[in-house]
Amino acid sequence: MLEIKNLHVKLEEEDKQILKGVNLTVGEGEVHAIMGPNGSGKSTTSYVLSGRDGYVVTEGEVILDGENILELEPEERAAAGLFLAFQYPVEIPGVSNMTFLRTAVNAQRKARGEEELSATDFLKTVRAKAKSLQIDADMLKRPVNMGFSGGEKKRNEILQMAMLEPKLCILDETDSGLDVDAMKLVSEGVNALRDGKRSFVVITHYQRLLDHIKPDVVHIMYDGRIVKTGGPELALEVEHNGYADLLAEVEKA
Amino acid sequence: MTRAELKQKKLDATAARVEGMTLPAGAPWAEALRQDALNRLLSMGLPQGRDEYWRWTRPDSLNAAEAPKAAVFVASEAPVFSGLDRIKIVFVDGVFDAEVSDALEGENLEIMRLSDALSSDIHWVKDAYGVQEKKAQDPVERPFATLNTAFATDGMVIRATGKVAKPVSLVYLHKKETSDAILHHVIRVDEGADLTVLENGPAAARFNKVMEVDVADKAAFHHVRAQGRDHERRAVTHVFATVGQEALFKSFTMTANGVLTRNEVFIDIVGDDSVAHVAGAAMGDGDFLHDDTVFITHDAERCESRQVFKKVLRNGAKAVFQGKILVKPEAQKTDGYQISQGLLLDDNSQFLAKPELEIYADDVACSHGSTVGAIDDEALFYLRSRGVPASDATDLLTLAFLAEAIEEIEDAAIAEDILHRLEGWLKRRRK
Repeated sequence: MLEIKNLHVKLEEEDKQILKGVNLTVGEGEVHAIMGPNGSGKSTTSYVLSGRDGYVVTEGEVILDGENILELEPEERAAAGLFLAFQYPVEIPGVSNMTFLRTAVNAQRKARGEEELSATDFLKTVRAKAKSLQIDADMLKRPVNMGFSGGEKKRNEILQMAMLEPKLCILDETDSGLDVDAMKLVSEGVNALRDGKRSFVVITHYQRLLDHIKPDVVHIMYDGRIVKTGGPELALEVEHNGYADLLAEVEKA
Repeated sequence: MTRAELKQKKLDATAARVEGMTLPAGAPWAEALRQDALNRLLSMGLPQGRDEYWRWTRPDSLNAAEAPKAAVFVASEAPVFSGLDRIKIVFVDGVFDAEVSDALEGENLEIMRLSDALSSDIHWVKDAYGVQEKKAQDPVERPFATLNTAFATDGMVIRATGKVAKPVSLVYLHKKETSDAILHHVIRVDEGADLTVLENGPAAARFNKVMEVDVADKAAFHHVRAQGRDHERRAVTHVFATVGQEALFKSFTMTANGVLTRNEVFIDIVGDDSVAHVAGAAMGDGDFLHDDTVFITHDAERCESRQVFKKVLRNGAKAVFQGKILVKPEAQKTDGYQISQGLLLDDNSQFLAKPELEIYADDVACSHGSTVGAIDDEALFYLRSRGVPASDATDLLTLAFLAEAIEEIEDAAIAEDILHRLEGWLKRRRK
């Protein structure tokens, strides 16, 4: 599904290397968690995958379903099936959430050569999916993320994910700013999308999200590389001991 | 240049401008009103670039004795408002054309050609023609409006005596490359009446238009205008309005292109518990200068006024906003709002704003803001990451930027029509 090979990335504005050779393979239907201390390059990885400006790939490639996506525009990557749930969802005054969703869904269908959804079909689908995420009609009518609470913003990200039905979902610290109930709701939304084919990369600081979204593989990222890979028990180890011991061990090796 | 020299320059320019022009004939009272306007014009003089009120918009081409040429544009698309059920009144290069217009009649409506009204022995317009224009010369002179009162050759006198179901739609066609049109409309919305006036079309190579509106107590007046098409046209327009008690005044203008457009709006809120909103969405590409100069006076209690002006600019287009809210000492509980924003689609364009508040009452809420900026990169990336192509995303964000102004149009069908034009304008400019 996703293959990141020896990815090196630096900032465009300053000569600062952020990723120093990331290797990661995510198979179909798998859930991978990336953990790591602040500044290790987790969010940069998600931005580079989604095609955000400001980063320069100096080496390596990212293959999604056999295609090197680094050559693609962000919208082409989205149409190819990549979805990033933002850590800080953006507020867009003047564009209703509903218009935003319909524009996105139809743009992707068009890019894939499919017919656009009729207004009725779209409404039916969005209402059903919004309901399961406890997103009410008012939130759909309001401008995108404007005046939404932290939890509402994250639920809105999951709603977009549910509507766009991507092949690969990247969740960038989706748990940040969520209380326990909101985290449960968001996790249920994510789990509902697990169908054995769709893959997930879950970026998080904390193990607690992984209690709800159970990963197959856990990676530890540090200083622009994945330094350790293991099963779910690796997340528990981090939760109990912090990163210090683990990183000391890595550095020794 | 000394003040005396500037004044002399203005007077010289005025003399050159009016040379060879004759005051249109009419009833003695009308001729007297016109003569009074001419006298006022000759003593104040036409504006020069040195005038504070014209610092950002050069009046030279408006002052020139002859109208600069403007090519006539042939559009494939039907003009705005075409699909609406309306009373259509057509002017061709500033001359009323009865042949292609609807009958000047309607329920709760009196419409008469200006020249007919000004030739009548007795007509209510006697106490209205040029009256608001004259009053609005203080504290800032508006000489082009005075020139208009003196020399207007055509226009409509419209009175609503109750709710008028269909909008009165003034359509301005431009057919001659050098046409120079001066139109003056006088509108009265009687107590409790409700009238919508639409305006569209390029009118002439050079267009000077005045609209004087008297909105009586409990009356409502809606005005939506579209200034588009012929790019080389120049226009200076004035809307003067007096708003009575518990009355409503709403004016929205869409401007797309035009080398020079100066739209002045002067509103006097004289009755308590009234509402006056003025809004504009301007889209400029290349050699484009658009100027909104607005002056709203609160002279009554518990009134609300809003000024919402949005400008989208590219390729060196320039836009100006000069807006003022004046709250007189007795206008307590005034709620005033003013926003002017420029969206620059490149680094060559320019938005100049002068927001002003002058408040003499102590129990008021007035807010104002003015911003200029580019498309928000974060929002653009967010949309693209969801699969929306960059050009669609940019258009969507541009329309979102204009939304607050378009929301000022109450009628859904009219708003839809305007929105469709704005979308078309953006689509035609896709890279």
